[in-house]
Amino acid sequence: MKNEMTLTFNAISVNEAFARNAVAAFCVDLDPTIDQINDIKTAVSEAVTNCIVHAYPNGAADDLVTIKTTLENDTVHIVISDTGVGIENIDNALQPFYTSKPEQERSGMGFTVMESFMDTLRVEHNEPRGTVVLMTKTIRGGDWNKKKHCD
Amino acid sequence: MKIEHYKKSDELHVKLFGELDELTGSYVRIVLDGLIDDDEIKKLYIDMSSLSFMDSTGIGVLIGRYKRLKPRGIPIYIQSPTPIVDRILGLSGMYEIMIKAV
Repeated sequence: MKNEMTLTFNAISVNEAFARNAVAAFCVDLDPTIDQINDIKTAVSEAVTNCIVHAYPNGAADDLVTIKTTLENDTVHIVISDTGVGIENIDNALQPFYTSKPEQERSGMGFTVMESFMDTLRVEHNEPRGTVVLMTKTIRGGDWNKKKHCD
Repeated sequence: MKIEHYKKSDELHVKLFGELDELTGSYVRIVLDGLIDDDEIKKLYIDMSSLSFMDSTGIGVLIGRYKRLKPRGIPIYIQSPTPIVDRILGLSGMYEIMIKAV
């Protein structure tokens, strides 16, 4: 069974908690563990932070972030996109501790956290501009074995 | 985000409540800098038992305070982090530069 949700919201930091909690709540149907929910919340928060801080450095009123979340079988697919300035060199951005804003005390760990807390991570250029972050995580919660057995 | 603090001889004890992310990071940075700018302090304890969420913005805030305190020889002790916070602290290598206190 497939279940989809799409959220579009202003790229402002007050929406970060809303975004991570909304995605996490949508994933509850897959019966995740607390740790898995926490991983998803943290990964979403990292991606949204990147949009706010890097994609839209000037903070205009029409700067938007879109999150499409799809639940399919035991896997959650999360696609977070913006239409901001984009990432010039994605390979560099994926390196741990790399930051384009060292003067702001940025840790440069955002993509490393996403990669570690999710099963897969892909970062692509959005067309015509911006960035798309695609992440997946397979959820095997406490009742997973029981559910598989019943299937 | 709420921050409580007290001094015990030369120790500064800080307790963070709530979520440390892009929205609250600047506030935490300003409050901590105001507190650690005290010559009498020799140790900084940060109680994270009531910090329900932290992302890499929080890691940036911690690294920034570490860089300010290191020249003064002041160690940072992380106390009782919640599991979600403990995971990102470990992943980011914070326990290599700060002490995980019981």
